[in-house]
Amino acid sequence: MRVFHRKRWLTPYLLLAPGMLWLALFFLVPLGFLFYQSLESGNIDFGYAFTWAWGNYSSAIRSYRGQFERSFEYAGIATVVAFLVSYPVAYWIAFRGGRWKNLLLLFIVAPFFVTYLIRTLAWETILSDNGFVVRILHDIGVLSPGGRLLATGTAVVAGITYNFLPFMALPLYVSLEQIDQRLIEAAEDLYASRWAAFIRVTFPLSLPGVVAGTLLTFIPAAGDFINAELLGSPTNHMIGNVIESKYKELLDYPAAASMSFILMAIILAMILLYARAVGTEQLTG
Amino acid sequence: MAPATAEYDIRLIGLTKRFDDVVAVDGISLDIDRGHFFALLGPSGCGKTTTLRMIGGFEEPTEGRIELGGVDVAPLPPYKRDVNTVFQSYALFPHLSIFENVAFGLRRRGVKAGEVRRRVVESLDLVGLAGLEKRKPRQLSGGQQQRIALARALVNRPRVLLLDEPLGALDLKLRKEMQLELKRIQHEVGITFVHVTHDQEEAMTMADRIVIMNGGHIEQLGTPSELYERPRTAFVAGFLGASNLLEATVSGDDRVTLAEGSVVQLPHGMLAGRTGTVQIGVRPEKLRIGEGDTNSLSGIVTESAYIGVSTQYIVDTPAGPVTVYVQNDRTGGQVAAGERLTLSWSPESTFVVDAQEGTL
Amino acid sequence: MTSVAVPLRSRRGTLAAAVAFARRHVLTVYSLLFFAYLMLPIGVVIAFSFNDPKGRFNYTWQGFTWKNWEQWNAIPDLQSAIQLSLLIALIASIVATLLGTLVALALVRYGFRGRAATNLLVFLPLSTPEIVLGASLLTLFLNLTSVLPIGFWTILIAHIMFCISFAVVTVKARLIGFDRHLEEAAMDLGANELTTFTKVTLPLIAPAILAALLLCFAISIDDFVVTYFNAGNRVTFPIFVWGAARVATPPQINVIGTAIFVVAVTLMLANVVFQNRRAKQA
Repeated sequence: MRVFHRKRWLTPYLLLAPGMLWLALFFLVPLGFLFYQSLESGNIDFGYAFTWAWGNYSSAIRSYRGQFERSFEYAGIATVVAFLVSYPVAYWIAFRGGRWKNLLLLFIVAPFFVTYLIRTLAWETILSDNGFVVRILHDIGVLSPGGRLLATGTAVVAGITYNFLPFMALPLYVSLEQIDQRLIEAAEDLYASRWAAFIRVTFPLSLPGVVAGTLLTFIPAAGDFINAELLGSPTNHMIGNVIESKYKELLDYPAAASMSFILMAIILAMILLYARAVGTEQLTG
Repeated sequence: MAPATAEYDIRLIGLTKRFDDVVAVDGISLDIDRGHFFALLGPSGCGKTTTLRMIGGFEEPTEGRIELGGVDVAPLPPYKRDVNTVFQSYALFPHLSIFENVAFGLRRRGVKAGEVRRRVVESLDLVGLAGLEKRKPRQLSGGQQQRIALARALVNRPRVLLLDEPLGALDLKLRKEMQLELKRIQHEVGITFVHVTHDQEEAMTMADRIVIMNGGHIEQLGTPSELYERPRTAFVAGFLGASNLLEATVSGDDRVTLAEGSVVQLPHGMLAGRTGTVQIGVRPEKLRIGEGDTNSLSGIVTESAYIGVSTQYIVDTPAGPVTVYVQNDRTGGQVAAGERLTLSWSPESTFVVDAQEGTL
Repeated sequence: MTSVAVPLRSRRGTLAAAVAFARRHVLTVYSLLFFAYLMLPIGVVIAFSFNDPKGRFNYTWQGFTWKNWEQWNAIPDLQSAIQLSLLIALIASIVATLLGTLVALALVRYGFRGRAATNLLVFLPLSTPEIVLGASLLTLFLNLTSVLPIGFWTILIAHIMFCISFAVVTVKARLIGFDRHLEEAAMDLGANELTTFTKVTLPLIAPAILAALLLCFAISIDDFVVTYFNAGNRVTFPIFVWGAARVATPPQINVIGTAIFVVAVTLMLANVVFQNRRAKQA
C-alpha cells in the first residue's frame, strides 16, 4: 500500500532525467572538452597535445586585448541604447496598449521572424553608401562628404542593438505589465507627482525586467561576430570574429578554446557582479 | 441525536503532520459520527485545513492513523478514498463544461452513460442549478461555481464530504444563504459533512458538532451550545463570542473569591477538585444591571456604545474591566459614562476555564 | 480686418492644438516611430525580394519583378538547404519541447534534492554566448568523429540542446500559474496520476506546450552560429545565406526570408485572434 508514496519520491528524477542528461552530455561535457583543449599546444599539421599550456590564456589576452575590449564596449553601448530606446515603448504597451497589447507585442518580436542573417543584410542595404540614410545625413551635414556609415563601429553597434532589441523589450514589458495599477494610484494619492510615482514605484517594480533584459541583450551581444563581419570592417572585429576564424579557418583550436573560456569567464564574472548589485533572486526568477 | 454507540465515519488517532520544523497538526485524536455536520473551527494556522487535507489524501500524515469506516486510509492516494472535497477555490476544471465537471468522478468509476446523465441532472437539481450543463465554469458567478463544486462532489455519494472554507469567497448575503442551503442539503443526503472554517458564526449556524483547534491541538469538542455555555479554555471562551474572564481563588465547594473579595457562586460540580487560582468567565449578555442575582459586582461605566439591538458598556470593577450587553427592549434607560453600575448574574451563567491555553 | 484675423487665429489654434496633441501623446508618437524603426529592415527585405538586380549583389533598387518569386528555387542548393533547416527544426522542436516539458513539470510540481542545481543547468545555456556553445560542442564532436561524423546528427543534437532551456522556461511560466487544487480535485474524484495528467494537466498546459514548440522551431530554423560550427559540410538555410553574403546575394534569399516572415506572422496573428476570442468568451 505504501507503493504509491514510494513511487512519488522517484517521479521528479524520472521526469528530469532525459532533459538533464541531454544538457549534461551536450552542454557540460563539451565545456570540459573545451577547457581541456584550451590547455593543449602544438599545431594543426603535427597535432595538438595536452601540456597544461596556460600560456594560451596569457597570449590570447596579449594578442587580442583590443578585440576583447571592443566586444564589451560594443555590447555595453548596444545594451544601454536598447534599454533607453525600448523602455518607453514597453511602458506604452503595458499601460496604454489596452486590447491591442498582443498585437503590439507581435510587432516587437517581428524582427525575430526574419532570419538573423537576412535582417543584418537588410541593414547593410539600408546603411550602404548610396542608401537613403547616408544621403540624408550628408544633406543635413551630420556626415561629412565622403563619410560613410557601413564599415564603421557605429554600424556594428546599430546592428547589434537592432538584432537584440526584442530580448530587451519583452522582459521589460512583462515586468511592467505585472505592476498593479493601484500601486501607482496609491503613490499619487500619497502626493507623488507622476514623475515621482514613476521613479519611486513603477521603475523599481520593473527592475526584474531591466535585469533580465540587460542580461539577455548583453550576453549574446558580447559573443556576436555576425554584425562586425557584415556591417563593420576588420578594424571593428570583436572577439567572436577572432574565435570564429581561429576555429573555422586557421584551425588553431587551443587558442580559440582559451579565448572562448576567457569570454565566458568575463561574462560570468559580470553576471555575478551584477547579481550582487541588484539582488540574486531577480536573476534566476 | 445519535446514540453513544454510533458508528464512526472518521476516526483520527494520534494524527500528526510536520512540515520540516513546523508542527502543523500535533497528535490529534477525534471521532466523527455518521451523518453529522461537523465543523473544524479555528484561527488561520491552527492546523484545521491540514487535518482536512490529510483526510482527503492530499497530505501524508507524519504519524497516526486515519480510519474511514474502520479502515486505515492514511497510505492511500486520494482517488482510492471514499471521500470527496469541495475546495476553497472550487477547483472547477476550466476546460470542461459544467456537465463534464460534475460527471468527472462518475466517469472515472466507469458508471454507464445513461446513469451518468441521470445522476448529474439529479445532483444539479439538488443544488438548484439544473439547465447549466453546457456552460463553462468561467461563465458562472461565484455562488453558482460554489454550488457546482458541491454537486460535483456529492454526485459520487461519498461516505464523507469535506468542505474547505467553501463559502470564504462569497459576499456576506450569499454566504448566509449558502449556510442554510448547505444545511438543507446535508439533511437531504444524510452524508457526513466535515466543514473547515475560521468563521465562528458560520460554524454555529451549520454544524451540529464543532471542534475548536488552536496551534495544532484540539481545544474543545462539543455541540455549539456546549461550547458557548461551557467553554473549557480561555481560548475557546474568547474565540467563540465575547467573554469576561476574571481571576479568582477557590474558596469552597462551588465557590470562588475574586481579587477584590467578593464571592462568586458557581454551578454545582464545576470546580471538580480544583484548588488555588482559577479563571472564571461570564458572557456579557448574561449580566444584568442591578442587584437581583446571586453573584454581583459594581463599578464605574467607562465606555458605552449603542449598537442597535443592544447597548454595550465597559464597567471598570475592582476585579477588572467587565463588558456588558444590555438589550434595548425599552426606550430610554441609557447609562452615561462615569455613572456607577451594579451588575449581577446567576451561578448557572458562570464557567471556569483552564488558566493556560492549549490543553484539553 | 476681422475677416483676416479669424482664419489666422484659427490657424494658430490648430498649431497649438497639434503641439498640445503631440505633448499629450508624446509616448504614442515615440512608440509609432519605434515601430517604424523595427519594421524598416523587414520592409527592405520584402521590397528587395521583388528587386531585379543587375549584378551579383542585391543592394540597390533596380526595378520590380515577380521573377524571384516564380523561380524561388532557381539557385543551386537553396532548396536542399531549406529542406534541411525545416527537417532539423521540426525534429529538434518536438524533442526539445518533450524533454523541456518533463523538466518543467518536475521543477514546478515536486520538491526534490538538487533543485537549485537543476535550475542552474537550465539557466546556464541561456547565459552562454552562442559562439561558446558552438565551439565547445565542436570540440566534443571532433573527438567523436569515428562514431558520429559531423553533419546531420551533430546539428540535430546541438539544436535540441539549446532549445531545451527555452522550452523549460516557457512551460514553467505557465505551470507556475496553474492551480494545484485542480489536480487534487481530479484525484479526489477518482482519477489516478496518469488520468489526472491526461484529463486535467495536459489540456490546461497545452497552450504553453504549443508556444514552446513554436519558439523552439523558430529558434532552430533561425540558428546560424551553433550550426555553423557543427554542420560539417551540410548546409542549412542560414549557412547558405552566410556563404552567399560573401560572393553574391541572390534576391531569392529575400524571397525565402519574406516567406518565413509571412508564415510566422500569420501563425502568431492567428494565435492572437484565437486568444482574444477566448478572452471575450470568458
